[in-house]
Amino acid sequence: MSKNNQLRADLQQKFEGRILQIEELYDCLVVEISPVDLLATADALKNDALLSFNFLTLLGAVHYPESKERELCLVYHLHSWKNQNRLRIKCYFSIDKPQIQSLTSVFETANWMERETFDFYGVEFQGHPNLKRILNMDSMDYHPMLKQFHLEDETREDKDDRFFGR
Amino acid sequence: MKQGRIRTIAFLDDKKLCMMNVGNDILLSNGQVLSRETIDGDIATINFGPTHPATHGIFQNILKVDGEKILSSEQTVGYIHRAFEKLAERRPYNQIATLTDRLNYCSSPINNLGWQMTVEKLIQAEIPKRVDYMRVIMMELARIADHLICNSVIGVDTGALTSFFYPFTEREKIYELYEEVCGARLTTNMGRIGGFDKDFTPVFHQKLKAFLKSFPKAFEEFNSMLERNRIFMDRTQGAGSISSERALAYGFTGPNLRATGVDYDIRAMHPYASYEDFDFIIPVGVQGDTYDRWMVRQEEVRQSVRIIEQAYANIPEGPVHADIPEFFLPDKKDVYNNMEALIYHFKIVMGETNVPVGEVYHSVEGGNGELGFYLISDGGRAPYRLQFRRPCFIYYQAYPEMITGSNISDAVITLSSLNVIAGELDA
Repeated sequence: MSKNNQLRADLQQKFEGRILQIEELYDCLVVEISPVDLLATADALKNDALLSFNFLTLLGAVHYPESKERELCLVYHLHSWKNQNRLRIKCYFSIDKPQIQSLTSVFETANWMERETFDFYGVEFQGHPNLKRILNMDSMDYHPMLKQFHLEDETREDKDDRFFGR
Repeated sequence: MKQGRIRTIAFLDDKKLCMMNVGNDILLSNGQVLSRETIDGDIATINFGPTHPATHGIFQNILKVDGEKILSSEQTVGYIHRAFEKLAERRPYNQIATLTDRLNYCSSPINNLGWQMTVEKLIQAEIPKRVDYMRVIMMELARIADHLICNSVIGVDTGALTSFFYPFTEREKIYELYEEVCGARLTTNMGRIGGFDKDFTPVFHQKLKAFLKSFPKAFEEFNSMLERNRIFMDRTQGAGSISSERALAYGFTGPNLRATGVDYDIRAMHPYASYEDFDFIIPVGVQGDTYDRWMVRQEEVRQSVRIIEQAYANIPEGPVHADIPEFFLPDKKDVYNNMEALIYHFKIVMGETNVPVGEVYHSVEGGNGELGFYLISDGGRAPYRLQFRRPCFIYYQAYPEMITGSNISDAVITLSSLNVIAGELDA
C-alpha cells in the first residue's frame, strides 16, 4: 500500500507534533489526535490542496469503560475523492468531561451524526447549532449505547450467559 | 439593503411580527426571497406526517406555511428506531444479517451482502470469483427493484397512478428471483459469510433469462409514460433542486448526488465484488432537481441490466462459497458423519467462532447511496461496536433547505424523489 505510506508521510510532515499515534489497520490509516486539535485538523485536512479530504463519510463514538480517562472515543471517517483514499481519525477523552468541538462549521453533514452521537453516548459537541436528541425520545434521561446499559434485563434467571455469550 | 425591506426567518416564529411585515419581501433560511405577491402574512402550522400517505414512511415535518408556500420546516425522525447498533453488540456475526435487511428494505440483498463482505474483510477470507459474480447479479437486481419503487412512487405523487402499477409486475419477478435464491422476498437474509448457501437453482436460471428478455421492453414502456410527459416534466423540473456544492456539504451520495452532476459511485471508486470486471456508465444529472433524480435512476436501471447481462454471461464455474469452515456452515450430511463438521456446525450456531481482533470500514453502493459498515471486533462472539453508515439518514437533513420557499406539493415529490426509507433512516 504505497498510497497509504505516501499519505502517512504527508500527514506526519504537515501535522508534526499533533499526531499522537498513527497506524494502518486493514488498508486504512488510523490517526489519533488530541480532542483540542480536532477542529483545526479537520479544517486543514479538508482545505489542504494536496490532501483534500473533502468528504466526511461517518462520525460516531465508541465506549471503552475499562480504559481510564480514555473511556470515550470519537471516530471520524474522512474520504478524499481526489486521491481516492480514506482516513480514520480518533479522539479519546474522559467520560467525566464528554465535551468535544463540533465539526459542523467544517462539514455541515456532521450535524445529524453529532446529534445521534449525543443521543446515544452523551457526547456534548461544542458549537453545534441544535444539539438535541434525534432518534430517541426527548424525555429519555440516559444514553443507551454506553456499555453499562445492558441489552437485556439483568435480573433474568431463565438464561445462563455462561453458555450463551456475554 | 434597505431597513425593513428584508426580514429574516427568525421573525416568522412570531406571527404578530410577520403580520406587520405584510407587503415586505421575506428572506428565507436557505437564501430564497419570497416577494409580496406570493404571500399574505397569514401563517399556518401544518403537520406533514408522521402518518401521512405521501410521506411513504413514518417521519414528521412540521411546516410553517403561508398559503401554499413553505416558510420553514422542522423534522422529527426516529419513530421506528429499533436499536440495531445496540442489538448488534450482542449478536453473533451471522445473526446480524437479519438486522441489515431491515435497514433499506427496498433493496435488502445489497445490505445483506454488504454486511457479509465486511465480515469477510475482517477475517480476510478469499472469495471465489463465482461468488462475486453471483453477488453482483443479486445486488443489481436489488438496485433495479429499489429504483423501480422510488421512480414509480414519484409518478404517484405527481398524480399518475398507472405508472405505479406497471413496474410492479416486473418487481414481482425480481422478488421471485430472490425467493429462488434465499426463500424470502422482502427481508431476504440472503447468502452467508463467505458466499452463498447454495448455487443458483435451475428455476432461477430459467426465471433470470426470462426476466432479462422481458424486462427492458416493459421498462421502456414505463419510461415512456413519464419521461417526456408534459405534466410530469412541468411538475418535477425545478422542484426540490440542490446544487452540487450544497449536496456535498450535506453528505449526499448515490443517485441523489449524481443528479447534481457529481459522478461519485463506490462501484467505480472503490470496486468490491469484482465490479471492476464490468463495463457500465455512471449517469449524472445537471440541475439536481426531482426530474434529474428520476432520470438518473432510470438510466441506472438500464446500466444495472447491462451489468447483470455481463455477469451472467461470464459467470465462472467454481465453488459458491469460500473455504472458511470456521464461518460457513457445513453440509448437513457432513454434520452427521464427520467429526470436524459437527464441531464447526456447533461453534457457528452457538457463536463460538474465533474472530480476529481488528476494525474495518467497508462500503457498498446501496440503492440510495453509500451504505457503510464500521465494525470493531475485540475477538468476542459479537462485534464490540458496529456502526451503519445509513445514506438517507445523512442526506435527509438537507430536506428543509430543499423545500423552503416551494409549494407543499413540491415538498411531497421532493421527499419521494430523495428515496428516504424509514427503516434505514431510523435504524
